[in-house]
Amino acid sequence: MLYREAGQFKASYQEDQQIFPIRQDRIGMAVILAFFFLAVPMLASQYWLQAILIPVLIFSLAAIGLNILTGYAGQLSLGSAAFMAVGAFGAYNFILRIDGMPFLVGVLLGGLSAAAVGVAFGLPSLRIKGFYLAVATLAAQFFIVWALVKFPWFSNNSSSGVITAQQIEILGFAFNTPESKYLLTLAIVTVLAFVAKNLVRSTTGRSWMAVRDMDVAAEVIGIRPMRAKLSAFAVSSFYCGVAGALYAYTYLGTVEPEGFSLDLSFRILFMIIIGGVGSIMGSFLGAAFIVLLPIFLNVGMHAVFGSAMPAGMASNLELIIFGGLIIFFLIVEPHGLARLWQLAKDKLRLWPFPH
Amino acid sequence: MGFFFEVLIGGLLSGVLYALVALGFVLIYKASGVFNFAQGAMVFFAALTFVGFQEVLPGWTGLEPGSIAVFWMAFVLALASMVVLGILTEKVVLRPLVNQPHITLFMATIGLTFLVEGIAQAIWGNHVRGLDLGIADEPIEWVLDSADIIVSKFDVFAATLAGILVASLALFFQYTKVGRALRAVADDHQAALSIGIPLQHIWAIVWAVAGFVALVAGLIWGARSGVQFALTFTALKALPVLILGGFTSVPGAIVGGLIIGASEKLAEVYIGPFVGGGIEGWFPYMLALLFLLVRPEGLFGEKHIDRV
Repeated sequence: MLYREAGQFKASYQEDQQIFPIRQDRIGMAVILAFFFLAVPMLASQYWLQAILIPVLIFSLAAIGLNILTGYAGQLSLGSAAFMAVGAFGAYNFILRIDGMPFLVGVLLGGLSAAAVGVAFGLPSLRIKGFYLAVATLAAQFFIVWALVKFPWFSNNSSSGVITAQQIEILGFAFNTPESKYLLTLAIVTVLAFVAKNLVRSTTGRSWMAVRDMDVAAEVIGIRPMRAKLSAFAVSSFYCGVAGALYAYTYLGTVEPEGFSLDLSFRILFMIIIGGVGSIMGSFLGAAFIVLLPIFLNVGMHAVFGSAMPAGMASNLELIIFGGLIIFFLIVEPHGLARLWQLAKDKLRLWPFPH
Repeated sequence: MGFFFEVLIGGLLSGVLYALVALGFVLIYKASGVFNFAQGAMVFFAALTFVGFQEVLPGWTGLEPGSIAVFWMAFVLALASMVVLGILTEKVVLRPLVNQPHITLFMATIGLTFLVEGIAQAIWGNHVRGLDLGIADEPIEWVLDSADIIVSKFDVFAATLAGILVASLALFFQYTKVGRALRAVADDHQAALSIGIPLQHIWAIVWAVAGFVALVAGLIWGARSGVQFALTFTALKALPVLILGGFTSVPGAIVGGLIIGASEKLAEVYIGPFVGGGIEGWFPYMLALLFLLVRPEGLFGEKHIDRV
């Protein structure tokens, strides 16, 4: 009854092409944004901000990045964590080595260096497809982590490649409380998410989807596969790179190359599978799910077993539940949480009538 | 020169192990078009199950630990577990996903990887175990004396075992009814269905055979470097072997494995020192990547023709 687009007429092309064509969606989005920007910093505890909300936001960004490549352009990648590492170490070096480098520009440059590396590793996608490509992206994963460990220049000669992120300062304001870091992360993620949402509706985004659905056919109708694939790799790696920079600066503070392991890449892949392949909204849902699941599991298992729980068992159960959930989701709902969200919205449009 | 050959032979023999893992991938990919990322986890599962049974069997049956009877009982039980695992995978994971895009199936096998790893460790525990096949890892004396090259007995044993396995698989595919049915399914699912080959039985059999290959690979790997979680990472090395050899070719898996094994060891020894070492971790992938730029379908893969 509340959620219905009846009576909302589109009188101009501009209105017809809005991101959220339904008024209730716009209001809803404004409410959600207001909630996260205003209410959450006041209500949430420091633990929630620092240990849950910031990582959820950062992983959402990485998941959007992977979703652009895998969900929209159809190029399966197992190297997203490596591109995050490039972003983190890129931003670190730009801020470290150039005097007076503003933080945001440093993050941007970190993202751009990730994009450059992404394009380099995306080049094989012009020749190879599908699983062959997935294996090729593993090359990126192992090579980049190796290079960051082996060449001490990247980590400013620290032992075993550990870097400690500098103090974040924008226009003289120091971001050192969880609240301020959270707001900074949220602002960057919101902007980039809107950019992504628009990008996938643009010519570029549509060319990605055409290539995903069938690249030979896309080529026949005049889409350049090279441009589409490489731009997908560039944009995707840029997003992952920015996520990596935020991971180092606003979340952990201290990172090492080994932290961006294949395991993290898989985790991001799971986020988009569970959230929904080819959906920006799904990236957020999936990231929240994957970050929260281990925490709830831990709490739940402590409640059930008390402290008698064998140490290794928790991680094993986590593996089992993760794996089981992935298979479950793929069988029951291959389009992920985003699809459930969509179904809920469709039901809501008709509610309270059955048809 | 002796050193060069030593490195080369060591590399070739570790390549045999990669080839064994890759073989499991190829079998499943050929027959069902599923890229089974979980093969590495299956190798781990198989090795862990074998070692686990070897530990508990003496307690259950009163047999002497380490005796031949325990070895074979553990082997049979582990094999049975692998067959059950394979059939369950086919029934629970793959059958509901029939007709889904390949990428979905691939991701399901990634989920399966986690599931299998978790279950294996939940049952048998997380600690590293040794595995003794009764073959000493020591140089063969007459080779050492005559050519001054160290060749491990164990490596030769592993290579022989792998050779026997591949040969028997080839015979199985060539001369048995089931083998012929498997090849028919690999060639064309629909045509195979139309002449009355039960597709799902065949898939279950393929998964069981892949489980058997995983068990052999797991035993050799485990005896070499201990049964531990790191086994699953080593098994990832089978992926560049696959792209080098082509996903659909059994000889490709063998040749690819040998090339990857030899070249990674040679690169580590001869190129490694210039860039700080440790390049074994990524060299195979880069090699495979460069190779793909020249031949996208791998050494022996079928040429893929795109049609709109």
